[in-house]
Parts: sequence; C-alpha cells; structure tokens
Amino acid sequence: MEDLQQLLAPLLRGTVVTVQLALMSMVFGAILSFAAGIGKLSGNWLIRWLSVVYIEVFRGTSLLVQMFWLFFALPLIGITLDPYVAGVAALSLNIGAYGAEVVRGAIQAVPVGQYEAATAVNFGKRYALWNVILPQALVEMMPPFGNLVVQNLKDTALVSLITLTDLTFAAQTVRNLTHESIPAFTATLIIYFVLAMILVTGMRWLERFVARKVGVAQARARG
Amino acid sequence: MLFGIRWDTSTDLNFAISIFPILLRGLVVTLQATALGFAIALVLGLILAILRMAPYRLISWPVAFFLEFTRNTPLLVQLYFLYFVLPDFGIVFPAFLTGAIALGLQYCGYTAEVYRAGIEAVPRGQWEASRALNMSAVLTFRDVIIPQAIPRVVPALGNYLVSMLKDTAILSAVTVMEMLNVAQIIGQRTFRYFVPLTMVGGMFLVMTIISAGLVRFVEKRLPKAGIPLR
Repeated sequence: MEDLQQLLAPLLRGTVVTVQLALMSMVFGAILSFAAGIGKLSGNWLIRWLSVVYIEVFRGTSLLVQMFWLFFALPLIGITLDPYVAGVAALSLNIGAYGAEVVRGAIQAVPVGQYEAATAVNFGKRYALWNVILPQALVEMMPPFGNLVVQNLKDTALVSLITLTDLTFAAQTVRNLTHESIPAFTATLIIYFVLAMILVTGMRWLERFVARKVGVAQARARG
Repeated sequence: MLFGIRWDTSTDLNFAISIFPILLRGLVVTLQATALGFAIALVLGLILAILRMAPYRLISWPVAFFLEFTRNTPLLVQLYFLYFVLPDFGIVFPAFLTGAIALGLQYCGYTAEVYRAGIEAVPRGQWEASRALNMSAVLTFRDVIIPQAIPRVVPALGNYLVSMLKDTAILSAVTVMEMLNVAQIIGQRTFRYFVPLTMVGGMFLVMTIISAGLVRFVEKRLPKAGIPLR
C-alpha cells in the first residue's frame, strides 16, 4: 500500500502540471490558429506574409528544437523565460501553426456561393466572415482539432526536458526513487492514455454541440 | 572539439561555419533514425492493420487496443519505457536502435490507420467483381485491392515521414547523437546555444521543405488508377 502511494503521489502531482500545460496551450494555440489561419487569407500582404512565415517555421521545425531555442538560446540575447513560460509558449506556438492550416482549409472549404450570397445581401466583409463563413467553417474544423488536441497533450511530455515537473518528469523521479522502471512508466503511459481518451470524448461532444448550434447537422446528415 | 572537429569561437559567423560539419554528422544520424524508424512503422503498421481486420475478436481487439494505445501516448514516454524497461528483461539495444524502434512503434498506429483507410477506400464493387471472377482472397488483395490502394496511401504516408523526421529530435533525450543532441553538446561546451540551436532549426526547416516537396512530387506522379504489383 505504501509502495503504491510512493508511486502514485508524485505521478498525480505531475498529472496536474501536465493537464494545466495542455489546457493553457490549447487555449493559446486556438487563438493563434484563428489569428494565423485568417491572417493567411487576409488582403493585407504584411499580415498574410507574417502568417505564412509563422506557420511554415513552426510546422517546419521540431517542437523540441523550438522549446530548446526558447529556453536555452533566447537568454543569450538577453531574454530569459521561466521554464513554464517557455514550455507553454513553445507548445502554443507549435500547435497554433498546425491549427492555422486547419482554420485556413476549413474557411476555404466553405462553398463560394456563401461569399456571393453574403455580398448580395450587402454584408460587410468582417460581418460576413464572423456570421456566415466562420460558423460553417467551424463545423469542418472540429474533427481535425480533435486530433490536434491529443497531439498537444502528447507534446506536453517534452517540457520535462526543460526541467518542468510534469507527468513525464514525475515518471523519471519515481523511477529513481523506487529503482523500478516498469511500474513507473506503465502507470505513466496509462495516465496519458486516459487523459487522451477524456480529451477525445470531450472533443466529440464539442463537435456535436457546434454542429447543432450552427444548425448544419441535419444538412450534413442529408449530405 | 567534437568528432575530432575543432570550433572557432572568435565571431558568430566563424563559429557557425566551424560547427556546420559537426552538425552534419548529427544530420546523418537524424536521417538514419528516420529511415529505420519509418521502415519499422511501414512493416509493423501493415502487419497490425491486417491482424486488425482478422475475423477473430481474440486477435483483432487486442491489436486495435494496442494501436489506439501507441497512438495516444507520448513518444518520449514510449521511448523511456523501451530504454529503461527492456534492459530489465535482459534486452539491451544501443540507444540508436531503441530510438528507431520507439519511432516505429509510435507511428505504426498511424500507418496502420492509413492502410486501413486506403483499403476501405477501394470501392466494394471491386471485391464483388473479383469474387464473381472466382479469384481467391489472396489474389484479390494482390492484384486488385492493393494496386488501387497504393495511390491513396502514399501521400498520407509521406506526411507521416516528414512528421517523423521532426520527431527524431526527441531521441536526443536518450543520448542518441542526432542533430539536436550535437547542438546541445556544442552549447554546453562553449556556453553558446544561440548559434547551434538556430542552425539546427534552420536545417530542420530546409529538410522538411525538401521532403514535403518530394512527397508532393511523388503524389503528382502516381497513376491514380493504381500500380500493378507485377
């Protein structure tokens, strides 16, 4: 019984950190996704260019390289980030770049007739985007967002390499404490799996919720 | 000094030039790990995808669970699991091999899914037609289904290859001397992290742009109707 406590207590503390990191980077990542995804379709060349560079750089390099860069390289040009800030920043920037492509793809998948109809009834560009295009695009975004949310959860494990005491770090601690690898890492894998399943279930629910709200669920079912 | 190559810390530019050949050594390991990891993912994924479709639940369910499990847990933890747990059973692999196996395991869940989707995307009529022609299941797979599934499967597999290339950086956590680890060691010894880490970022960017371009090139060249196996 004491063995179990020695194993589980640090892992549960680590799980709290992992969940916090995952949720925070999910929120910031979502904001970045919409900003860069819509930005890439902007009429302003500077905004479009910035969005493209951001997306390509963060999709084109490894998350771990980005994290190390923020944590080890930035201090040398005078910017020192707390490991927690560096971790959340790297996770959000990375998943945001992937999300941006989802947002862009979903917006472009909205039938062109919708834009024409919005123009025909004299909606402003911004009004049409927020009230006509994005609600329909959002339904298309939800399934790929579901994958990204799990991806993001798995990615949080990397923060253990920049000294954050998340679940993966806790697994290492427990291993050093108990001198046994199998229980520590097996329990850790199971906890990650359970967290992922919770996220998957939550996203499925959100997917249905969004579809119902937007009122296209029936339309999609009809094909 | 690393791999017998000296660095020159007089200026940032000289430093960058002097460590470039060292980073290239790391790049070779990165590419080797990607190649081996992807080969494992392709083969293991195919075997598991076939077992997943087995008519016996005793086989298909555990395989389905295994695929779901590897897909939904972090690569880093799987890597630690292999690296620390396998020696407990007397299986000691070099770090590089353990890393490649971990990459293969993490990605076999994805490749298996790609194979399944590719096979299911072949219209049902093709199965029925083969049956009508009295072809055996093996023959149907080899001469009808797989040739048509290949063009559907290749682009998705290509994307996972690019993704795996980036994930090899994680192998640095278990002492594999790939690009990021080499840059880290240079940083530790010279207290200059900025230049090597930025260079590694740049090299990854160049590699992903090249490989993504290659994937698109191959995708365009594939005959949409299918590729006969003989």
